Amino acid sequence: MVAAPQSPATAKLEVRDLAINYGTKQAVSDISLTIRENEIFGIIGPANAGKTSFLKAINRMEDFDTNMSVAGQILFDGVDTRQVRNVYGLRRRIGVVFPLPVGLPMTVYDNVALAPRLAGVRNKAELNVIVERCLHRAALWDEVKDRLNALGSLLSGGQQQRLTIARALSQEPDLLMLDEFSIAIDPVTTMRIEDVLKELRQEMTIILVTNLVQQARRIADRTAFFLEGSCVEIAPTEDLFTGEVSDQRTRDYVEGRFG
Amino acid sequence: MPANPARQTTEVLSNTDFDHRDLDWYIDRGVQILVFLGGISAIVFILGIFIFITKEGLGFILEDFSFREFLFSPTWRPTSELKETYGILALVAGTASVTGLAMLVAIPFSLGTAIFIAEFVDGKTREYLKVTVELLAAIPSVVWGFIGLSIMNPLIIDVFDVPVGLNVLNAGIILGLMAAPIMTSIAEDALKAVPDRYREAAEAMGATHWQVIYKVVLPAAKNGLLGAVLLGVGRGFGETMAVLMATGHSINIPTSVFDSVRALTATIAAELGETAVGSPHYQALFTIGVFLFVITFCINLTADLIVRGIRKE
Repeated sequence: MVAAPQSPATAKLEVRDLAINYGTKQAVSDISLTIRENEIFGIIGPANAGKTSFLKAINRMEDFDTNMSVAGQILFDGVDTRQVRNVYGLRRRIGVVFPLPVGLPMTVYDNVALAPRLAGVRNKAELNVIVERCLHRAALWDEVKDRLNALGSLLSGGQQQRLTIARALSQEPDLLMLDEFSIAIDPVTTMRIEDVLKELRQEMTIILVTNLVQQARRIADRTAFFLEGSCVEIAPTEDLFTGEVSDQRTRDYVEGRFG
Repeated sequence: MPANPARQTTEVLSNTDFDHRDLDWYIDRGVQILVFLGGISAIVFILGIFIFITKEGLGFILEDFSFREFLFSPTWRPTSELKETYGILALVAGTASVTGLAMLVAIPFSLGTAIFIAEFVDGKTREYLKVTVELLAAIPSVVWGFIGLSIMNPLIIDVFDVPVGLNVLNAGIILGLMAAPIMTSIAEDALKAVPDRYREAAEAMGATHWQVIYKVVLPAAKNGLLGAVLLGVGRGFGETMAVLMATGHSINIPTSVFDSVRALTATIAAELGETAVGSPHYQALFTIGVFLFVITFCINLTADLIVRGIRKE
């Protein structure tokens, strides 16, 4: 993976003065941060902190929501995502896992093969390899290998969520954004996926939005604490837990003394 | 006794007599019975209609009826002095050819319009389009027949240089335009029923607008779309007035779209008023009714089976 030439060697994503509004209601204000190539960047924070809106803006999801407006700059590999002409090309390089699992109404196989097919892969054998690899990585292969032709939307909630992860991986993204990927998954499987994420760091940059503070601690290299639409603090994850943070609110949240 | 509401509750509970049926119980039972009656009334009416038309056509089926002649003879000559013949083959061919052509016209139009309304426009534009489409669906069939007779007829004669403009082509186009609005409406509902999260999930993966529609929305809505098409087919089989006016109403097995034909329904409409009640001709017309009924039933059953089959997958 080649680092972007325009920005300091390791910046994958640079956010400058980001503000997001839904109508007149401000969801995110004044966030500036840099996410480095090949790191797992955790984002923690209570509800309404703007975490999901932040992810949506990166992927230009405001295009579907006429109510949502984004100001500021988000540079992906040094390119301003607001100015990108081929938004589809941009989205293909960014994988997203939504908090609510969305198994598309097609077979398990087709769900995972959709992105490669959209990208133009037609070779059956090649597709088979991709599908199997992605399902393995999402810790779903063993459960669905005998029913790849079942409808993806009929899987259980937790399975659909892992299917969504497999689908995001099948895009072979540069940047993987996970929004509460584990809410419908049991702890053991969650651990397996977390291990996979740690391996995937070799290949891509990962943004992990999570309500589980301990999950961020387990796998994130650096973690940001969002509160009420702004970024309170960014620190190497361990520092958050050893108390070496400058802001009292961060300390309170991490230690569960919040509110 | 406003002093202690908690105690009041306890008293009410302790007073409950489990052997006594109270008003709520009777209301509940009454509503159950009403809903049940409402539910079975549809079935009762359908059965009643079927029994009525079968009874009226029964004498014909039992006495003068030659099954082979009825289904396979192309000659429908119920008032012949020499020998009356009741063959519906030409009428079936007429209905089928007109309906087939109508679907060729209506399916691309209605699905295209439905996709446009559901996926490409928003807000006001969309509301206007929907209202317009629904207005089109409300045009009476006799008006469509009139258009066929007075506009399409000379147009077809001019454009294609044929002697008669009342033919399969005319009726097919008229019927297609007639069926398209209602098919559009149903198809649009089916597309809107596809949850937005599917669209968002696919778009987030970098699918283009058309890829989202083609790969995700259409497959997800296929049951509803199939329903829309079959509704159109049913409409085509059942439509009477417009077909009567635009087909030319001449008994003929068509070999090209410029041949005049006659439809099953139009035959009943045109002839029933002039037959003696209980005569073989009268009964033959009712047998056509039974035949139409059975065909419609088969179409609906097929649709149902297909939809179930899809669901089971």
